Amino acid sequence: MTTQERPPKLIGEPIKRREDPRLITGQGSYVDDLQPLGTLHLVIVRSPYAHARVTGIDVSAARNAPGVVAVLTPEDVQQSTEPVPVAAQLEGMHMPLRHALTGGEVKFVGEPVVAIVAEDRYLAADAAELVEVEYEELPAVIDPEQALEGGPLVHDELGTNLCVVSPIGDAEAAARAIEGAEVVIKQRLMNQRLIPNPIEPRAVLAHYEPGPGTLTVWSSTQIPHLLKTLLSACARVPEQLVRVVAPDVGGGFGCKLNVYPEEILAALASRRLERPVKFVETRQENYVATIHGRDLIGHLELGAKRDGTLVGYRIKVIADIGAYQHLLTAAIPTLTALMLQGVYKIPALAGEIVEVFTNKTPTDAYRGAGRPEATYYLERGMDLLAAELGMDPVELRRKNFIGAGEFPFDTQTGLVYDSGDYDAALDKALAIVGYDDFRSEQARLREAGRYLGVGFSTYVEICGVGPSSALPAGGWEAGTVRVERTGKVTVLTGVSPHGQGEETSFAQIAAERLGVGIEDVTVIHGDTAQVSAGIGTFGSRSLAVGGTALVMSLDKIEAKAKRFAAHAMEVQADDLEFEAGQVFVKDAPEKTISLPEIATLAYNAVDLPPDTEPGLEATSYYEPGNFTFPFGTHVAVVEVDTDSGAIDLQRFISVDDCGNIINPLIVEGQIHGGLAQGIAQALYEEAVYDANGQLLSGSLMDYAVPRADQLPSFELATTVTPTGVNPLGAKGVGEAGTIGSTPAIVNAVVDALAPLGVQHIEMMLRPERVLDAIQAAKGGAR
Amino acid sequence: MPEISVTVNGVEHREEVEPRLLLVHLLRERLRLTGTHVGCDTSQCGACTVVLDGKSVKSCTMLAVQADGSELLTIEGLGKDGLHPVQQGFWDQHGLQCGYCTPGMIMAAYQLLQDDADPSEEAIRHGLRGNLCRCTGYQNIVRAVQQAARATS
Repeated sequence: MTTQERPPKLIGEPIKRREDPRLITGQGSYVDDLQPLGTLHLVIVRSPYAHARVTGIDVSAARNAPGVVAVLTPEDVQQSTEPVPVAAQLEGMHMPLRHALTGGEVKFVGEPVVAIVAEDRYLAADAAELVEVEYEELPAVIDPEQALEGGPLVHDELGTNLCVVSPIGDAEAAARAIEGAEVVIKQRLMNQRLIPNPIEPRAVLAHYEPGPGTLTVWSSTQIPHLLKTLLSACARVPEQLVRVVAPDVGGGFGCKLNVYPEEILAALASRRLERPVKFVETRQENYVATIHGRDLIGHLELGAKRDGTLVGYRIKVIADIGAYQHLLTAAIPTLTALMLQGVYKIPALAGEIVEVFTNKTPTDAYRGAGRPEATYYLERGMDLLAAELGMDPVELRRKNFIGAGEFPFDTQTGLVYDSGDYDAALDKALAIVGYDDFRSEQARLREAGRYLGVGFSTYVEICGVGPSSALPAGGWEAGTVRVERTGKVTVLTGVSPHGQGEETSFAQIAAERLGVGIEDVTVIHGDTAQVSAGIGTFGSRSLAVGGTALVMSLDKIEAKAKRFAAHAMEVQADDLEFEAGQVFVKDAPEKTISLPEIATLAYNAVDLPPDTEPGLEATSYYEPGNFTFPFGTHVAVVEVDTDSGAIDLQRFISVDDCGNIINPLIVEGQIHGGLAQGIAQALYEEAVYDANGQLLSGSLMDYAVPRADQLPSFELATTVTPTGVNPLGAKGVGEAGTIGSTPAIVNAVVDALAPLGVQHIEMMLRPERVLDAIQAAKGGAR
Repeated sequence: MPEISVTVNGVEHREEVEPRLLLVHLLRERLRLTGTHVGCDTSQCGACTVVLDGKSVKSCTMLAVQADGSELLTIEGLGKDGLHPVQQGFWDQHGLQCGYCTPGMIMAAYQLLQDDADPSEEAIRHGLRGNLCRCTGYQNIVRAVQQAARATS
């Protein structure tokens, strides 16, 4: 073969996305774009109270309103469906179940009470106004620490607001280490509640067809296959008759990794009415009825020797999970526990995770899911410790890093870090920021009354989720490769991308391996009728787990293609090479047979090789042997206006190592988006409830999703430390930006204000909190 | 019901509409132009941005009757004769991920460049502050608009 005949290299190249032409021309297909003939619209009447007893429901006026086809009430729904599913079940956990509509006692603002089905969305909304629900308001508990100390009960029958306590590590060893430490830092650190805000709100369209008895559900979901199984149970339709389609999905960020009441209600209504039924959430509903993220208070104790060597780390985490568990709620704080050790050698470590019910929207997986919290606690702790020791925060980190030669590394939390080179990422970040020069400039400007600060976060995350033992519904992924009769290639994957670009990156892998043009490969996902099995897209797993299933199937295709070629060419399969869409004899490369020719042999099946079935298709299930552990260093440079409390984020440097890279364009985009969220947690976003449980930050007017002019241009770099966990050497990148960045911002702001005596400011860093911190450090209230 | 006349992407439509019908629902559900999206109900997110008589407007905050007699340009009309430079910029610079904010973002960027053919990065960021994106962190959107500005100047 000459080099000219080789197809262009695809893996590792910044190939423009193949998803984009439809999305930039308005030809995308999101759930609300679908409008089958006869579609009905479902609208929900929700609780306006955080805690109340429902004493009466009168739907008679609504039933008679124009265009109304059906009204669903709690009693009816409780008899006709199974409860909203909870998959993550921890040992000793209280698990109060709820149905898709709640009758007896509502427990958070936004909880569904009545559903209206009408001919169009305007008429449904009109009728919803006519529903009369009588409530007897009950005392609500909003603060998780108060909830633990005898506040009102969210669930009377439990006799407690405590959901579950999960210990991790060696509590005795950690206690001894901290008692014996030369220096101990103690700090309460709040990781505030966030609201996911995908720009597409949740949407579902259910269509039951009485002839075949099938239920087709189009949902803006990250997990079509899991939804198929769970919804089949909830709506009582046999699983083999349920098809779930995730068409184009407008962002998920974890909040669409769930099964929601409205999905169950749409399925029930369609089954009853034998017409398509659509529910589309309004943004204000999204704020109260879709899961929230984070809301963890950490009480941290970090012990070290005077020279900076860490000796022990202990943390009690109080997780406010809201009123009920959703699909994975209880498991999310345990991810914080797993990742407590971060990038450091810590000889003794213990954590206690306390999950608490309050009268708020349930929390669940959100963008980073447990790992941003772990990173925030430890990376803030390291800066507090550095300040106490009078040590440079970079030197303190470096002194305690797990060394590049120490992998695989066993953590105190039972994980095995696959690979890493934490110094390399830190060195690169220091070079980009110009650390030594910055410190001189900072000192010079302080003389002039200007307060600049630099903050670091050296993080490690847990990705490639994950071994099935760690997940309630399996952590494997499935992938099929089918070479069609013409030699064109169809890839079917169980992951369900909604912006992550696998239609491109998976095509890159398949096209390069099979030596066909990328235009000859089509990647299909998100339809349970086409893709036989899968888990979905979350936990930065699509490439590391789903991509590996694809590689396994490509291996099988290559082996089978060689068998057909060997039989046709009358040579041994071992003597053949597969390259550039051709199978050729190693020692006589002029003897070739092309992929389309092999496909013809395989499907015509006139002269099959021995013990070989017709066809050229392979399916694989990949069960990961371990998680993967991407890492990196994030650096923020800020200037704080000490008169106004305003923070100017001047630079953000992100050096990330996600192992081998298939498409650097996509990797960069994933990092950018993650950084925006991580930075916004520090600076802009916070879900705020009043004492009665009303969400004050209940719309995009009140909750600050960052805008284009609130973020800088990020400075990105990578290091590449492949993982040995999978053959791609890829670790995952979807959440790195979010997980690493938040503490870098807070550390930078505190660094800027350190000369004024400021040691810590709780997130989000709104100007009045900054001013209060300055004033408190000066020794008085503002 | 009032009858209105709107020209959308060069095609005139006469429609009887309820006075309360939102412009975005006229476009999406009546004319089946579903490229214009709905992301909020308070005029914050900009997913529903279209160009109306040379101004970018949020079609979820406008009644269809208010558009009577107007010329509208939506994402479907922008690239009718091949990709518009703004669309090309979004593709080349990876200016989108999930794609949901994208049509509104592109229409806002298109109008921004109509008003200022050579905007600074600051002007682009300021000009797009009425459009939210949760995926990209905006950096590649800025690059996309910069590319489009170079291509059209």
